[in-house]
Amino acid sequence: MKFLFDSDTWQEIYGSIRKNKVRTVITIIGVLWGIFLLVVLLGAARGMENGFNKLFGNFATNSVFVWTQRTDTPFKGFQEGRRFRLTMNDIEVLKSEYSNEIKLLAPRNQTNNLLVHNFKSGDFRVSGDYPVLDQIQKKQLLYGRFLNDNDILSTAKVTVISEDMYIQLFDKGVNPIGEYLKINSINYKVIGVYKPSNTIDFDGDTAYIPFTTYRKVYNTANRVDWMMITANEGTNIEQMEKDILLTLKGLHKVHPEDKRAFGSVNLGKEIGKVTGFIIGMQFLTWFVGIATLIAGVFAIGNILLITVKERTKEIGIRRALGATPKSIRQQIILESVFLTTVAGMLGIIFGSLVLFLIDAAVSNNDDIPLINPTVNIPIIFIAFATLIVLGTMIGLIPAHMATIVKPIEALREE
Amino acid sequence: MIKIEKLHKSYPIGKDSLHVLKGIDLHIKEGEFVSIMGSSGSGKSTLLNIVGLLDIHDEGDYYLNDQLIKDMNEKKSAILRNKFLGFVFQSFNLISYKTALENVALPLYYKGMSRKERLKVALEYLDKVGLKDWANHLPNELSGGQKQRVAIARALVTKPKVVLADEPTGALDSTTTDSVMDLLKDINDEGMTVFVITHEEEVAEQTKRIVRLKDGVIISDELTKASKAV
Ligand SMILES: Nc1ncnc2c1ncn2[C@@H]1O[C@H](COP(=O)(O)OP(=O)(O)OP(=O)(O)O)[C@@H](O)[C@H]1O
Ligand SMILES: [Mg+2]
Repeated sequence: MKFLFDSDTWQEIYGSIRKNKVRTVITIIGVLWGIFLLVVLLGAARGMENGFNKLFGNFATNSVFVWTQRTDTPFKGFQEGRRFRLTMNDIEVLKSEYSNEIKLLAPRNQTNNLLVHNFKSGDFRVSGDYPVLDQIQKKQLLYGRFLNDNDILSTAKVTVISEDMYIQLFDKGVNPIGEYLKINSINYKVIGVYKPSNTIDFDGDTAYIPFTTYRKVYNTANRVDWMMITANEGTNIEQMEKDILLTLKGLHKVHPEDKRAFGSVNLGKEIGKVTGFIIGMQFLTWFVGIATLIAGVFAIGNILLITVKERTKEIGIRRALGATPKSIRQQIILESVFLTTVAGMLGIIFGSLVLFLIDAAVSNNDDIPLINPTVNIPIIFIAFATLIVLGTMIGLIPAHMATIVKPIEALREE
Repeated sequence: MIKIEKLHKSYPIGKDSLHVLKGIDLHIKEGEFVSIMGSSGSGKSTLLNIVGLLDIHDEGDYYLNDQLIKDMNEKKSAILRNKFLGFVFQSFNLISYKTALENVALPLYYKGMSRKERLKVALEYLDKVGLKDWANHLPNELSGGQKQRVAIARALVTKPKVVLADEPTGALDSTTTDSVMDLLKDINDEGMTVFVITHEEEVAEQTKRIVRLKDGVIISDELTKASKAV
């Protein structure tokens, strides 16, 4: 090991590396590219993972959404293509029958209306909701509060609006809380302003009003447009989704095999798909990265082998001057390790730089689900160590080739 | 210093083998200045390479400094070369990307000498061959005669017991040949054993003993006038 700390060893390596510039450059590019790809791909994969995680972030991922469509099978005297609606009765039945499975259930009714405040107006979605919505999809409130049970009981004419609606309908600097605005010509008091999450959001800019108020104002009677359900911990959500749909089919005289009558989305399943995609991407990344790395290392070995051949005469001279096979081997291996190390470090540096630039470019852009693209230090360490080990092993071949010939044969080489 | 008895060497050529050295007996004592002459292909280089431990003989005995050379592994012969032998080649064999000074210092590197010290010693030897001012030049900036003198300095820098030179003047004109021969004579005067291959009678005349080789055997071995003049 002493030779490692000998400045002469490095002097020799420096000399030969400088001498064989093309070799040096090609080698460095080979390995650099490999580790660069590994770093960037892993970082990007991680960034996407972070991005999707955030996307689903403040949404309860164990959610199921259910709505009605048209039947596709005639049943019990009904024609196919029948339209029907969810009702509050359904909600009560589900709540009692699935009390173990269901954690939260939010029935919802929605429409689009003109919102007017003084001389400003805009067309927005209006949604009749229960306070429980805030638990399923957390609302980030800028001012005031979200709907509460009192609002429901008293069928209060109150509304919670989004930040954009506030900006569009109110003058700058006006405190919106307590102000009135007209929805469909009826006055509502603004009790809160929220910032829509930049993650998945089914509502967008919506004016939330109490479910009961909605029912009265829009005369929806018992009807429910759709519902959001979240499951208790440990519930098999897919099973719950199936069971609920079956119960609902029973309640609405829909054929049990009807595929179209009810629409539903299982958020957990959708997330699972995305997660699967991310895992697949990570796998691909590793595969590509490692393959490139190995290719890079082989390139080093190959080039070393070529240059060893080119340098046979030089090696012969060195041996005539008293270089032992060991010292020749050491030098060649050290050259290989040195080159891989330098190239690897450059690759890591450039890779990190690119990740940094990507991060800087997309961090302010919510449309691209890429957040904090980083690479684990241990992973890089392992990749790096592998690289050096491979570099050593691959360096052994030309080193061995350089020492098995008799010195005179090496010298005779032109 | 060098004792060779019934030495044989063949090169395999395909399935056949070419018998190059056919029983060489040669004794070279310490401090001798010997030249080998003979037509091309007579086996001179082969003999010198065996003496220089760059090649292995097939049969017979070879003693270098009273040590029987047999079943040497590469490591041992590398150390022996470094310790006892200095080489001068017809084609100089300098390392192209190293300066004259670094070339001369290289054998000392393999001896394990510190950089500072070996550069100092190497410079002394460059001075000795009259090339101190050329220390930091690369080989391709030197003339043939200068290159050969650098090579001689490199052969001498480890203070070897024997200097082996395979046609050291083969690529030089007569003036530079003389300067190289003067150097070799000086070395010999200092007590080093010098063993040269040459084609030129004038060169051989300047050594003290001429061994003539023909078809792998020694046909004559006599002292020169130069040796008697001393
Ligand atoms: N590595 C080798 N393989 C096969 N044959 C060889 C090898 N080296 C030398 N020979 C043959 O051995 C014979 C002696 O070669 P050697 O180089 O010793 O001759 P030489 O006396 O030095 O000749 P020259 O004056 O031309 O240098 C030649 O016929 C040559 O072709
Ligand atoms: Mg020859």
